[in-house]
Amino acid sequence: MKVLILIGNVPDTTTKVKFNASRTAFDTAGVQWIINPWDELALTRALEVKEANAGAIESITVANVGRAETEATLRKALAIGADKAIRIDADPVDAFTVASLLAPHCKEYDLIFAGVEASDYNGNAVGPMLAEMLDIPSIAGVSGFNVENGRPVFTREIDGGSQIVEAPLPVLAIVQKGIAKEPRIPAMRGIMMARTKPLQVVQPAAAEARTRYAAFDLPPAKAACKKFGEEQARELIHALRNEAKVL
Amino acid sequence: MSVIAYIPNQEGIIKKAGFELASYATALAENMGKEAIAVVLGPMAGDELEKLGKYGISKVMHDANPLFAQLDNRASAKALATAAAQAEVVVLAHNNEGKGVAPRLAVRLGAGYVSAVTGLPQSITPFLVNKVVFTGKAIGHAEILTAKKVLTLAYNSFGVHEKPVDVSVEAFDSGCSASDFVLNVQQTQKVTGKVLLSEAEIVVSGGRGMKSPENWKPIEELAELLGAATACSRPVSDEGWRPHSEHVGQTGKIIAPNLYFAFGISGAIQHLGGVSGSKVIVAVNKDPEAPIFEAADYGIVGDALKVLPEFIEAVKELKKG
Ligand SMILES: Cc1cc2nc3c(=O)[nH]c(=O)nc-3n(C[C@H](O)[C@H](O)[C@H](O)COP(=O)(O)OP(=O)(O)OC[C@H]3O[C@@H](n4cnc5c(N)ncnc54)[C@H](O)[C@@H]3O)c2cc1C
Repeated sequence: MKVLILIGNVPDTTTKVKFNASRTAFDTAGVQWIINPWDELALTRALEVKEANAGAIESITVANVGRAETEATLRKALAIGADKAIRIDADPVDAFTVASLLAPHCKEYDLIFAGVEASDYNGNAVGPMLAEMLDIPSIAGVSGFNVENGRPVFTREIDGGSQIVEAPLPVLAIVQKGIAKEPRIPAMRGIMMARTKPLQVVQPAAAEARTRYAAFDLPPAKAACKKFGEEQARELIHALRNEAKVL
Repeated sequence: MSVIAYIPNQEGIIKKAGFELASYATALAENMGKEAIAVVLGPMAGDELEKLGKYGISKVMHDANPLFAQLDNRASAKALATAAAQAEVVVLAHNNEGKGVAPRLAVRLGAGYVSAVTGLPQSITPFLVNKVVFTGKAIGHAEILTAKKVLTLAYNSFGVHEKPVDVSVEAFDSGCSASDFVLNVQQTQKVTGKVLLSEAEIVVSGGRGMKSPENWKPIEELAELLGAATACSRPVSDEGWRPHSEHVGQTGKIIAPNLYFAFGISGAIQHLGGVSGSKVIVAVNKDPEAPIFEAADYGIVGDALKVLPEFIEAVKELKKG
Protein backbone atom coordinates (compact mmCIF):
# COMPACT_ATOMS: atom_id res chain seq x y z
CA MET A 1 0.00 0.00 0.00
CA LYS A 2 1.14 3.49 -0.82
CA VAL A 3 0.08 5.90 1.87
CA LEU A 4 -0.44 9.65 1.55
CA ILE A 5 -0.87 11.92 4.57
CA LEU A 6 -2.19 15.45 4.17
CA ILE A 7 -0.22 17.86 6.31
CA GLY A 8 -1.59 21.14 7.57
CA ASN A 9 0.77 23.88 8.67
CA VAL A 10 -0.91 25.61 11.63
CA PRO A 11 -0.04 28.01 14.44
CA ASP A 12 1.26 26.38 17.61
CA THR A 13 -1.63 25.45 19.92
CA THR A 14 -0.57 28.00 22.54
CA THR A 15 -0.53 30.92 20.07
CA LYS A 16 -2.29 34.06 21.21
CA VAL A 17 -4.57 34.83 18.28
CA LYS A 18 -4.43 38.38 16.85
CA PHE A 19 -5.80 39.94 13.68
CA ASN A 20 -4.79 42.90 11.51
CA ALA A 21 -6.26 46.36 12.19
CA SER A 22 -9.19 45.84 9.81
CA ARG A 23 -9.88 42.44 11.46
CA THR A 24 -9.82 40.74 8.06
CA ALA A 25 -6.72 38.55 8.39
CA PHE A 26 -4.83 36.54 10.99
CA ASP A 27 -1.68 38.30 12.18
CA THR A 28 1.18 35.84 11.69
CA ALA A 29 3.85 38.01 13.37
CA GLY A 30 5.81 35.96 15.90
CA VAL A 31 3.77 32.79 15.30
CA GLN A 32 5.42 29.35 15.61
CA TRP A 33 4.17 26.84 13.06
CA ILE A 34 3.55 23.17 13.69
CA ILE A 35 2.10 20.10 11.97
CA ASN A 36 -1.66 20.08 12.46
CA PRO A 37 -2.11 17.80 15.54
CA TRP A 38 -4.35 15.15 13.89
CA ASP A 39 -2.10 14.94 10.84
CA GLU A 40 0.86 14.35 13.12
CA LEU A 41 -1.02 11.54 14.88
CA ALA A 42 -1.97 9.98 11.52
CA LEU A 43 1.67 10.06 10.43
CA THR A 44 2.72 8.49 13.73
CA ARG A 45 0.19 5.66 13.37
CA ALA A 46 1.11 5.02 9.71
CA LEU A 47 4.76 4.67 10.76
CA GLU A 48 3.88 2.31 13.63
CA VAL A 49 1.86 0.10 11.27
CA LYS A 50 4.57 0.22 8.61
CA GLU A 51 7.14 -0.97 11.13
CA ALA A 52 4.91 -3.70 12.58
CA ASN A 53 3.79 -5.21 9.25
CA ALA A 54 6.75 -5.90 7.02
CA GLY A 55 5.89 -4.94 3.45
CA ALA A 56 2.24 -4.01 4.06
CA ILE A 57 2.97 -0.31 3.71
CA GLU A 58 5.32 0.36 0.84
CA SER A 59 5.85 4.08 1.34
CA ILE A 60 4.53 7.10 3.22
CA THR A 61 4.30 10.43 1.43
CA VAL A 62 3.22 13.71 3.01
CA ALA A 63 1.65 16.57 1.06
CA ASN A 64 0.90 20.20 1.82
CA VAL A 65 -0.48 23.17 -0.10
CA GLY A 66 1.60 26.14 0.92
CA ARG A 67 4.39 28.57 0.16
CA ALA A 68 8.09 28.01 0.83
CA GLU A 69 7.72 28.87 4.54
CA THR A 70 5.78 25.65 5.16
CA GLU A 71 8.81 23.54 4.20
CA ALA A 72 10.03 23.46 7.80
CA THR A 73 6.80 21.64 8.70
CA LEU A 74 7.24 19.18 5.82
CA ARG A 75 10.89 18.60 6.79
CA LYS A 76 9.69 17.79 10.29
CA ALA A 77 7.31 15.20 8.86
CA LEU A 78 10.25 13.71 6.94
CA ALA A 79 12.34 13.74 10.11
CA ILE A 80 9.58 11.87 11.96
CA GLY A 81 9.79 9.20 9.27
CA ALA A 82 7.85 9.98 6.08
CA ASP A 83 9.69 8.88 2.92
CA LYS A 84 8.87 11.76 0.65
CA ALA A 85 7.15 15.17 0.69
CA ILE A 86 5.21 17.12 -1.88
CA ARG A 87 4.56 20.86 -1.59
CA ILE A 88 2.06 22.43 -3.93
CA ASP A 89 3.25 25.98 -4.26
CA ALA A 90 0.10 28.01 -3.60
CA ASP A 91 -1.65 29.85 -0.78
CA PRO A 92 -4.21 27.61 0.93
CA VAL A 93 -7.07 30.04 0.32
CA ASP A 94 -9.99 27.83 1.33
CA ALA A 95 -10.69 24.11 1.75
CA PHE A 96 -12.07 23.79 -1.76
CA THR A 97 -8.93 25.23 -3.38
CA VAL A 98 -6.69 23.08 -1.18
CA ALA A 99 -8.57 19.90 -2.11
CA SER A 100 -8.66 20.91 -5.80
CA LEU A 101 -4.90 21.54 -5.89
CA LEU A 102 -4.15 18.26 -4.10
CA ALA A 103 -6.44 16.07 -6.22
CA PRO A 104 -4.21 15.69 -9.31
CA HIS A 105 -1.35 14.47 -7.09
CA CYS A 106 -3.29 11.86 -5.12
CA LYS A 107 -4.28 9.33 -7.76
CA GLU A 108 -1.47 6.84 -7.21
CA TYR A 109 -2.14 6.32 -3.47
CA ASP A 110 -4.11 3.44 -1.95
CA LEU A 111 -4.70 4.99 1.41
CA ILE A 112 -4.99 8.70 2.18
CA PHE A 113 -5.17 10.15 5.68
CA ALA A 114 -6.60 13.59 6.38
CA GLY A 115 -7.06 15.21 9.79
CA VAL A 116 -10.63 15.90 10.83
CA GLU A 117 -9.89 19.61 10.80
CA ALA A 118 -7.08 22.12 10.87
CA SER A 119 -6.67 23.81 14.22
CA ASP A 120 -6.63 27.28 12.61
CA TYR A 121 -9.90 27.65 10.68
CA ASN A 122 -11.45 24.39 11.98
CA GLY A 123 -12.88 23.76 8.53
CA ASN A 124 -13.63 19.99 8.61
CA ALA A 125 -13.48 19.90 4.83
CA VAL A 126 -10.29 19.14 2.89
CA GLY A 127 -10.28 15.34 3.37
CA PRO A 128 -13.87 14.55 2.38
CA MET A 129 -13.77 17.10 -0.47
CA LEU A 130 -10.67 15.42 -1.84
CA ALA A 131 -12.31 11.98 -1.56
CA GLU A 132 -15.29 13.25 -3.55
CA MET A 133 -13.05 14.76 -6.23
CA LEU A 134 -11.19 11.43 -6.51
CA ASP A 135 -14.52 9.55 -6.35
CA ILE A 136 -13.23 7.18 -3.66
CA PRO A 137 -14.91 6.14 -0.40
CA SER A 138 -14.12 7.97 2.82
CA ILE A 139 -14.50 6.96 6.45
CA ALA A 140 -15.18 9.71 8.98
CA GLY A 141 -14.27 9.79 12.67
CA VAL A 142 -11.38 7.31 12.39
CA SER A 143 -9.83 6.70 15.81
CA GLY A 144 -7.95 3.47 15.03
CA PHE A 145 -6.04 1.96 12.11
CA ASN A 146 -4.39 -1.39 11.58
CA VAL A 147 -3.44 -3.77 8.78
CA GLU A 148 -4.80 -7.32 9.06
CA ASN A 149 -4.02 -9.92 6.40
CA GLY A 150 -2.66 -7.16 4.21
CA ARG A 151 -5.89 -5.15 4.37
CA PRO A 152 -6.53 -1.92 6.25
CA VAL A 153 -9.02 -2.04 9.11
CA PHE A 154 -10.36 1.10 10.76
CA THR A 155 -12.11 1.95 13.99
CA ARG A 156 -14.50 4.85 13.65
CA GLU A 157 -16.53 6.79 16.18
CA ILE A 158 -20.23 7.22 15.45
CA ASP A 159 -23.03 8.78 17.48
CA GLY A 160 -23.54 6.51 20.44
CA GLY A 161 -20.64 4.11 19.86
CA SER A 162 -17.83 2.91 17.64
CA GLN A 163 -17.42 0.46 14.77
CA ILE A 164 -14.77 -1.65 13.09
CA VAL A 165 -14.92 -0.96 9.36
CA GLU A 166 -13.17 -2.32 6.28
CA ALA A 167 -13.14 -0.57 2.96
CA PRO A 168 -11.89 -1.38 -0.53
CA LEU A 169 -8.83 0.53 -1.73
CA PRO A 170 -8.28 3.30 -2.51
CA VAL A 171 -9.88 4.91 0.52
CA LEU A 172 -9.53 8.15 2.45
CA ALA A 173 -9.65 8.11 6.25
CA ILE A 174 -10.61 11.22 8.21
CA VAL A 175 -8.58 10.94 11.36
CA GLN A 176 -9.37 12.12 14.85
CA LYS A 177 -7.98 11.68 18.33
CA GLY A 178 -7.19 8.14 19.46
CA ILE A 179 -5.46 6.95 16.28
CA ALA A 180 -2.09 7.27 18.02
CA LYS A 181 -1.31 8.09 21.61
CA GLU A 182 1.48 10.62 21.42
CA PRO A 183 2.92 12.12 18.25
CA ARG A 184 6.35 10.78 17.39
CA ILE A 185 9.24 13.15 17.99
CA PRO A 186 12.00 13.32 15.38
CA ALA A 187 15.27 11.73 16.53
CA MET A 188 18.67 13.16 15.57
CA ARG A 189 19.15 10.47 12.95
CA GLY A 190 15.73 11.30 11.48
CA ILE A 191 16.60 14.98 11.30
CA MET A 192 19.87 14.20 9.47
CA MET A 193 18.13 11.83 7.06
CA ALA A 194 15.31 14.32 6.36
CA ARG A 195 17.82 16.62 4.67
CA THR A 196 18.42 14.08 1.94
CA LYS A 197 14.84 12.90 1.47
CA PRO A 198 12.97 14.20 -1.60
CA LEU A 199 10.80 17.30 -1.13
CA GLN A 200 9.15 17.88 -4.43
CA VAL A 201 7.71 21.32 -5.22
CA VAL A 202 4.95 21.32 -7.81
CA GLN A 203 3.18 24.18 -9.54
CA PRO A 204 -0.52 24.55 -8.78
CA ALA A 205 -3.32 24.12 -11.27
CA ALA A 206 -6.07 26.76 -11.25
CA ALA A 207 -8.67 26.64 -8.49
CA GLU A 208 -11.25 29.16 -7.38
CA ALA A 209 -12.26 29.70 -3.76
CA ARG A 210 -15.86 29.17 -2.77
CA THR A 211 -15.66 30.76 0.68
CA ARG A 212 -13.73 33.52 2.37
CA TYR A 213 -13.60 35.25 5.74
CA ALA A 214 -15.12 38.73 5.69
CA ALA A 215 -13.98 39.51 9.25
CA PHE A 216 -12.89 38.07 12.59
CA ASP A 217 -13.82 38.94 16.16
CA LEU A 218 -12.25 37.98 19.44
CA PRO A 219 -14.71 36.42 21.87
CA PRO A 220 -16.24 38.90 24.32
CA ALA A 221 -14.29 39.26 27.57
CA LYS A 222 -15.55 37.11 30.42
CA ALA A 223 -16.82 38.52 33.69
CA ALA A 224 -14.69 37.59 36.70
CA CYS A 225 -15.25 34.15 38.22
CA LYS A 226 -17.58 34.19 41.22
CA LYS A 227 -15.73 32.28 43.92
CA PHE A 228 -17.23 30.32 46.81
CA GLY A 229 -15.47 28.74 49.77
CA GLU A 230 -14.79 25.02 50.04
CA GLU A 231 -17.66 24.77 52.55
CA GLN A 232 -20.13 26.61 50.31
CA ALA A 233 -20.98 23.89 47.81
CA ARG A 234 -24.70 24.31 48.54
CA GLU A 235 -24.55 28.06 47.88
CA LEU A 236 -22.86 27.47 44.55
CA ILE A 237 -25.45 24.91 43.47
CA HIS A 238 -28.22 27.34 44.46
CA ALA A 239 -26.59 30.10 42.43
CA LEU A 240 -26.59 27.78 39.41
CA ARG A 241 -30.34 27.36 39.81
CA ASN A 242 -31.45 30.84 40.86
CA GLU A 243 -28.89 33.15 39.28
CA ALA A 244 -27.42 31.40 36.25
CA LYS A 245 -30.64 29.38 35.71
CA VAL A 246 -28.84 26.37 34.29
CA LEU A 247 -30.06 23.75 36.78
CA MET B 1 -35.82 26.55 -4.10
CA SER B 2 -35.70 25.30 -0.54
CA VAL B 3 -33.69 24.77 2.60
CA ILE B 4 -32.93 21.11 3.20
CA ALA B 5 -32.02 19.59 6.55
CA TYR B 6 -30.37 16.19 6.54
CA ILE B 7 -31.68 14.72 9.80
CA PRO B 8 -29.38 12.11 11.35
CA ASN B 9 -30.85 9.07 13.04
CA GLN B 10 -29.51 6.49 15.44
CA GLU B 11 -31.01 3.15 14.46
CA GLY B 12 -34.24 4.74 13.34
CA ILE B 13 -34.56 7.19 16.22
CA ILE B 14 -34.11 10.97 15.91
CA LYS B 15 -32.12 12.51 18.77
CA LYS B 16 -32.10 16.07 20.04
CA ALA B 17 -29.49 17.18 17.48
CA GLY B 18 -31.94 16.19 14.73
CA PHE B 19 -34.71 18.33 16.17
CA GLU B 20 -32.30 21.22 16.67
CA LEU B 21 -31.35 20.93 13.00
CA ALA B 22 -35.03 20.89 11.98
CA SER B 23 -35.59 24.04 14.10
CA TYR B 24 -32.61 25.74 12.46
CA ALA B 25 -33.70 24.83 8.92
CA THR B 26 -37.22 26.12 9.67
CA ALA B 27 -35.91 29.47 10.92
CA LEU B 28 -33.43 29.81 8.05
CA ALA B 29 -36.09 28.98 5.45
CA GLU B 30 -38.38 31.58 7.00
CA ASN B 31 -35.63 34.23 6.80
CA MET B 32 -35.07 33.39 3.16
CA GLY B 33 -38.75 33.05 2.23
CA LYS B 34 -38.28 29.38 1.31
CA GLU B 35 -39.67 26.02 2.32
CA ALA B 36 -37.89 23.80 4.90
CA ILE B 37 -37.65 20.16 3.85
CA ALA B 38 -36.11 17.29 5.81
CA VAL B 39 -34.31 14.37 4.22
CA VAL B 40 -33.90 11.13 6.15
CA LEU B 41 -31.95 8.07 4.98
CA GLY B 42 -32.33 4.52 6.26
CA PRO B 43 -35.12 2.62 8.04
CA MET B 44 -37.01 4.60 10.68
CA ALA B 45 -38.93 3.51 13.73
CA GLY B 46 -42.70 4.05 14.15
CA ASP B 47 -43.80 7.65 13.83
CA GLU B 48 -40.33 9.20 14.20
CA LEU B 49 -40.59 11.11 10.92
CA GLU B 50 -43.91 12.75 11.86
CA LYS B 51 -42.19 14.23 14.92
CA LEU B 52 -40.29 16.60 12.63
CA GLY B 53 -43.57 18.45 11.99
CA LYS B 54 -43.42 19.71 15.55
CA TYR B 55 -40.35 21.76 14.62
CA GLY B 56 -41.72 23.40 11.47
CA ILE B 57 -40.88 20.76 8.84
CA SER B 58 -43.84 20.36 6.46
CA LYS B 59 -42.26 17.84 4.12
CA VAL B 60 -40.00 14.86 4.82
CA MET B 61 -38.26 12.98 2.00
CA HIS B 62 -37.40 9.47 3.11
CA ASP B 63 -35.33 6.78 1.40
CA ALA B 64 -35.67 3.73 3.64
CA ASN B 65 -32.86 1.69 2.01
CA PRO B 66 -31.36 -0.23 4.97
CA LEU B 67 -27.86 0.04 3.46
CA PHE B 68 -27.71 3.69 4.55
CA ALA B 69 -27.18 2.38 8.07
CA GLN B 70 -23.60 1.59 6.95
CA LEU B 71 -22.89 5.36 7.02
CA ASP B 72 -21.05 5.28 3.71
CA ASN B 73 -20.18 8.94 3.21
CA ARG B 74 -19.98 8.69 -0.57
CA ALA B 75 -23.39 7.03 -0.94
CA SER B 76 -25.05 9.46 1.47
CA ALA B 77 -23.59 12.45 -0.39
CA LYS B 78 -24.91 11.04 -3.65
CA ALA B 79 -28.38 10.52 -2.15
CA LEU B 80 -28.48 14.01 -0.66
CA ALA B 81 -27.35 15.57 -3.93
CA THR B 82 -30.39 13.98 -5.59
CA ALA B 83 -32.69 15.31 -2.88
CA ALA B 84 -31.05 18.74 -2.92
CA ALA B 85 -30.97 19.32 -6.68
CA GLN B 86 -33.36 22.25 -6.25
CA ALA B 87 -32.17 23.42 -2.85
CA GLU B 88 -30.39 26.65 -2.08
CA VAL B 89 -29.05 25.64 1.33
CA VAL B 90 -28.43 22.20 2.84
CA VAL B 91 -27.75 21.89 6.58
CA LEU B 92 -26.30 18.85 8.32
CA ALA B 93 -25.45 18.05 11.93
CA HIS B 94 -21.86 18.67 12.99
CA ASN B 95 -21.38 15.05 14.05
CA ASN B 96 -18.91 12.66 12.45
CA GLU B 97 -21.42 11.67 9.80
CA GLY B 98 -22.17 15.29 8.92
CA LYS B 99 -18.46 16.17 8.87
CA GLY B 100 -17.85 13.28 6.48
CA VAL B 101 -20.80 13.88 4.18
CA ALA B 102 -21.24 17.69 4.00
CA PRO B 103 -17.94 18.53 2.23
CA ARG B 104 -18.53 15.73 -0.30
CA LEU B 105 -22.03 17.03 -0.93
CA ALA B 106 -20.68 20.57 -1.41
CA VAL B 107 -18.32 19.32 -4.13
CA ARG B 108 -21.19 17.48 -5.83
CA LEU B 109 -23.52 20.49 -5.74
CA GLY B 110 -20.88 23.06 -6.71
CA ALA B 111 -21.62 24.67 -3.34
CA GLY B 112 -19.48 26.53 -0.81
CA TYR B 113 -19.25 24.84 2.59
CA VAL B 114 -18.93 26.23 6.11
CA SER B 115 -18.69 23.88 9.08
CA ALA B 116 -19.93 24.24 12.65
CA VAL B 117 -21.91 27.44 12.20
CA THR B 118 -23.15 28.84 15.48
CA GLY B 119 -26.35 30.55 14.39
CA LEU B 120 -28.48 31.94 11.57
CA PRO B 121 -26.68 33.98 8.88
CA GLN B 122 -26.10 37.65 9.73
CA SER B 123 -26.98 38.39 6.12
CA ILE B 124 -28.33 36.31 3.22
CA THR B 125 -26.83 38.37 0.36
CA PRO B 126 -23.91 38.25 0.79
CA PHE B 127 -24.30 34.96 2.69
CA LEU B 128 -22.43 35.58 5.96
CA VAL B 129 -22.49 33.16 8.82
CA ASN B 130 -20.49 32.93 12.07
CA LYS B 131 -18.32 30.04 13.16
CA VAL B 132 -15.73 29.42 15.81
CA VAL B 133 -12.12 29.55 14.52
CA PHE B 134 -8.71 28.99 16.10
CA THR B 135 -10.39 26.44 18.33
CA GLY B 136 -12.45 28.88 20.32
CA LYS B 137 -9.94 31.71 20.35
CA ALA B 138 -11.86 33.73 17.74
CA ILE B 139 -15.10 34.01 15.78
CA GLY B 140 -14.96 34.08 11.99
CA HIS B 141 -17.54 35.74 9.74
CA ALA B 142 -17.48 33.26 6.89
CA GLU B 143 -18.86 34.25 3.51
CA ILE B 144 -20.07 31.70 0.97
CA LEU B 145 -19.46 32.93 -2.56
CA THR B 146 -21.53 30.36 -4.48
CA ALA B 147 -25.29 30.28 -5.18
CA LYS B 148 -25.67 26.98 -3.33
CA LYS B 149 -24.54 26.54 0.26
CA VAL B 150 -23.81 23.63 2.54
CA LEU B 151 -23.53 24.11 6.32
CA THR B 152 -23.07 21.98 9.39
CA LEU B 153 -24.62 23.29 12.62
CA ALA B 154 -22.62 23.17 15.85
CA TYR B 155 -24.42 21.24 18.59
CA ASN B 156 -26.46 23.19 21.15
CA SER B 157 -25.82 26.45 19.32
CA PHE B 158 -29.36 27.11 18.13
CA GLY B 159 -31.63 25.17 20.46
CA VAL B 160 -34.78 23.17 19.84
CA HIS B 161 -37.79 25.37 19.02
CA GLU B 162 -41.31 24.05 18.58
CA LYS B 163 -43.44 25.30 15.69
CA PRO B 164 -46.03 22.64 14.93
CA VAL B 165 -47.14 22.27 11.29
CA ASP B 166 -48.81 19.52 9.26
CA VAL B 167 -46.18 17.19 7.93
CA SER B 168 -46.23 14.98 4.86
CA VAL B 169 -43.81 12.09 4.63
CA GLU B 170 -42.89 11.10 1.08
CA ALA B 171 -40.87 8.11 -0.04
CA PHE B 172 -38.11 9.20 -2.36
CA ASP B 173 -35.68 7.26 -4.50
CA SER B 174 -32.21 8.63 -3.95
CA GLY B 175 -30.82 6.64 -6.85
CA CYS B 176 -28.40 4.67 -4.66
CA SER B 177 -28.17 0.95 -5.41
CA ALA B 178 -26.31 -1.82 -3.59
CA SER B 179 -23.10 -1.14 -5.53
CA ASP B 180 -22.91 2.38 -4.02
CA PHE B 181 -22.33 0.96 -0.55
CA VAL B 182 -18.76 -0.31 -0.26
CA LEU B 183 -17.93 -0.06 3.44
CA ASN B 184 -18.01 -3.27 5.37
CA VAL B 185 -19.02 -2.76 9.02
CA GLN B 186 -17.68 -5.74 10.93
CA GLN B 187 -18.57 -4.85 14.46
CA THR B 188 -20.48 -2.19 16.36
CA GLN B 189 -19.94 -1.26 19.97
CA LYS B 190 -22.55 0.89 21.62
CA VAL B 191 -22.26 3.13 24.63
CA THR B 192 -25.52 2.44 26.37
CA GLY B 193 -27.54 4.17 29.02
CA LYS B 194 -25.47 7.34 28.82
CA VAL B 195 -26.13 10.85 27.66
CA LEU B 196 -24.33 11.57 24.39
CA LEU B 197 -21.50 13.94 25.24
CA SER B 198 -21.83 16.19 22.20
CA GLU B 199 -25.57 16.63 22.82
CA ALA B 200 -25.52 16.96 26.60
CA GLU B 201 -26.86 20.12 28.22
CA ILE B 202 -24.80 19.47 31.34
CA VAL B 203 -21.32 17.92 31.36
CA VAL B 204 -19.39 16.82 34.44
CA SER B 205 -15.69 16.57 33.65
CA GLY B 206 -12.57 15.55 35.53
CA GLY B 207 -8.87 16.14 35.02
CA ARG B 208 -5.63 14.74 36.32
CA GLY B 209 -6.39 16.44 39.63
CA MET B 210 -8.88 13.62 40.27
CA LYS B 211 -5.74 11.52 40.91
CA SER B 212 -7.02 8.04 39.94
CA PRO B 213 -9.79 6.32 37.97
CA GLU B 214 -11.43 5.06 41.18
CA ASN B 215 -12.20 8.66 42.08
CA TRP B 216 -14.59 8.92 39.12
CA LYS B 217 -17.47 7.36 41.09
CA PRO B 218 -18.72 10.70 42.50
CA ILE B 219 -18.30 12.32 39.05
CA GLU B 220 -20.54 9.63 37.59
CA GLU B 221 -23.00 9.97 40.43
CA LEU B 222 -23.28 13.72 40.02
CA ALA B 223 -23.68 13.30 36.25
CA GLU B 224 -26.42 10.75 36.73
CA LEU B 225 -28.29 12.97 39.17
CA LEU B 226 -28.15 15.85 36.71
CA GLY B 227 -28.89 13.82 33.56
CA ALA B 228 -25.45 14.92 32.43
CA ALA B 229 -22.70 13.39 30.32
CA THR B 230 -19.22 12.74 31.70
CA ALA B 231 -16.01 14.07 30.12
CA CYS B 232 -12.31 14.37 30.86
CA SER B 233 -9.11 16.20 29.96
CA ARG B 234 -6.58 14.73 27.56
CA PRO B 235 -4.06 13.24 30.00
CA VAL B 236 -6.89 11.39 31.70
CA SER B 237 -7.87 9.61 28.47
CA ASP B 238 -4.20 9.15 27.53
CA GLU B 239 -3.63 7.40 30.86
CA GLY B 240 -6.59 5.14 30.09
CA TRP B 241 -8.51 6.29 33.16
CA ARG B 242 -11.43 7.16 30.91
CA PRO B 243 -12.32 6.25 27.30
CA HIS B 244 -11.09 8.42 24.41
CA SER B 245 -14.67 9.26 23.53
CA GLU B 246 -14.82 11.40 26.70
CA HIS B 247 -11.77 13.54 25.95
CA VAL B 248 -12.76 17.15 25.34
CA GLY B 249 -10.57 19.94 24.05
CA GLN B 250 -8.76 21.05 20.98
CA THR B 251 -7.80 17.52 19.95
CA GLY B 252 -10.83 15.84 21.50
CA LYS B 253 -14.50 16.74 21.26
CA ILE B 254 -15.59 20.34 21.07
CA ILE B 255 -18.68 20.78 23.20
CA ALA B 256 -20.98 23.64 24.14
CA PRO B 257 -23.27 22.57 26.98
CA ASN B 258 -25.30 24.96 29.12
CA LEU B 259 -23.27 23.95 32.14
CA TYR B 260 -19.74 22.50 32.35
CA PHE B 261 -18.23 21.27 35.62
CA ALA B 262 -14.41 21.04 35.65
CA PHE B 263 -13.03 19.06 38.59
CA GLY B 264 -9.25 19.05 38.95
CA ILE B 265 -8.68 20.47 35.48
CA SER B 266 -5.98 23.11 35.08
CA GLY B 267 -7.63 24.83 32.12
CA ALA B 268 -4.76 24.66 29.66
CA ILE B 269 -5.46 26.59 26.47
CA GLN B 270 -5.94 23.35 24.51
CA HIS B 271 -8.55 22.16 26.98
CA LEU B 272 -10.42 25.46 26.95
CA GLY B 273 -10.50 25.31 23.15
CA GLY B 274 -13.00 22.48 23.44
CA VAL B 275 -15.20 23.81 26.21
CA SER B 276 -15.12 27.61 26.06
CA GLY B 277 -18.42 27.63 24.16
CA SER B 278 -20.18 26.39 27.32
CA LYS B 279 -22.70 28.91 28.67
CA VAL B 280 -21.66 28.49 32.30
CA ILE B 281 -18.40 26.94 33.54
CA VAL B 282 -17.95 25.81 37.15
CA ALA B 283 -14.39 25.04 38.26
CA VAL B 284 -13.15 23.26 41.36
CA ASN B 285 -9.37 23.36 41.67
CA LYS B 286 -6.89 23.39 44.57
CA ASP B 287 -4.72 25.97 42.86
CA PRO B 288 -6.13 29.52 43.01
CA GLU B 289 -3.86 30.45 40.07
CA ALA B 290 -5.15 27.69 37.77
CA PRO B 291 -6.06 29.21 34.39
CA ILE B 292 -9.46 27.46 34.51
CA PHE B 293 -10.63 30.25 36.85
CA GLU B 294 -10.14 32.80 34.07
CA ALA B 295 -12.63 30.91 31.94
CA ALA B 296 -14.98 29.92 34.76
CA ASP B 297 -18.15 31.72 35.81
CA TYR B 298 -18.32 30.06 39.23
CA GLY B 299 -15.55 28.41 41.18
CA ILE B 300 -14.31 26.88 44.37
CA VAL B 301 -10.66 26.93 45.32
CA GLY B 302 -10.50 23.60 47.06
CA ASP B 303 -10.20 19.86 46.91
CA ALA B 304 -12.42 18.33 44.24
CA LEU B 305 -12.68 15.08 46.21
CA LYS B 306 -14.15 16.96 49.17
CA VAL B 307 -16.42 19.24 47.14
CA LEU B 308 -17.96 16.55 44.93
CA PRO B 309 -19.91 14.78 47.71
CA GLU B 310 -21.17 18.17 48.89
CA PHE B 311 -22.40 18.99 45.38
CA ILE B 312 -24.12 15.60 45.22
CA GLU B 313 -25.90 16.27 48.52
CA ALA B 314 -26.91 19.78 47.45
CA VAL B 315 -28.32 18.53 44.14
CA LYS B 316 -30.26 15.78 45.93
CA GLU B 317 -31.75 18.43 48.23
CA LEU B 318 -32.70 20.62 45.27
CA LYS B 319 -34.39 17.69 43.60
CA LYS B 320 -36.46 16.99 46.68
CA GLY B 321 -37.67 20.58 46.27
C1 LIG C 1 -1.18 19.74 20.60
C2 LIG C 1 -1.83 19.61 21.94
C3 LIG C 1 -3.19 19.34 21.99
C4 LIG C 1 -3.83 19.18 23.24
N1 LIG C 1 -5.18 18.94 23.26
C5 LIG C 1 -5.81 18.83 24.45
C6 LIG C 1 -7.22 18.60 24.53
O1 LIG C 1 -7.89 18.45 23.52
N2 LIG C 1 -7.81 18.52 25.74
C7 LIG C 1 -7.11 18.65 26.90
O2 LIG C 1 -7.72 18.58 27.97
N3 LIG C 1 -5.79 18.86 26.86
C8 LIG C 1 -5.12 18.94 25.68
N4 LIG C 1 -3.78 19.13 25.66
C9 LIG C 1 -3.06 19.05 26.93
C10 LIG C 1 -3.12 20.33 27.73
O3 LIG C 1 -2.06 21.17 27.32
C11 LIG C 1 -2.98 20.02 29.23
O4 LIG C 1 -1.82 19.28 29.43
C12 LIG C 1 -4.16 19.25 29.82
O5 LIG C 1 -5.40 19.87 29.48
C13 LIG C 1 -4.03 19.21 31.32
O6 LIG C 1 -4.99 18.32 31.86
P1 LIG C 1 -5.43 18.43 33.38
O7 LIG C 1 -5.91 19.79 33.63
O8 LIG C 1 -6.37 17.31 33.60
O9 LIG C 1 -4.10 18.04 34.17
P2 LIG C 1 -2.99 18.93 34.96
O10 LIG C 1 -2.39 19.93 34.05
O11 LIG C 1 -2.14 17.94 35.63
O12 LIG C 1 -3.83 19.71 36.00
C14 LIG C 1 -4.50 19.13 37.08
C15 LIG C 1 -5.16 20.23 37.86
O13 LIG C 1 -5.81 19.66 38.96
C16 LIG C 1 -5.59 20.44 40.13
N5 LIG C 1 -5.72 19.54 41.27
C17 LIG C 1 -4.86 18.59 41.72
N6 LIG C 1 -5.39 17.93 42.77
C18 LIG C 1 -6.60 18.46 43.00
C19 LIG C 1 -7.65 18.20 43.93
N7 LIG C 1 -7.56 17.23 44.85
N8 LIG C 1 -8.77 18.96 43.87
C20 LIG C 1 -8.90 19.94 42.94
N9 LIG C 1 -7.95 20.22 42.04
C21 LIG C 1 -6.82 19.48 42.05
C22 LIG C 1 -4.23 21.04 39.94
O14 LIG C 1 -4.15 22.24 40.67
C23 LIG C 1 -4.18 21.28 38.42
O15 LIG C 1 -4.67 22.56 38.08
C24 LIG C 1 -3.10 19.30 24.43
C25 LIG C 1 -1.74 19.58 24.36
C26 LIG C 1 -1.10 19.74 23.15
C27 LIG C 1 0.37 20.06 23.13
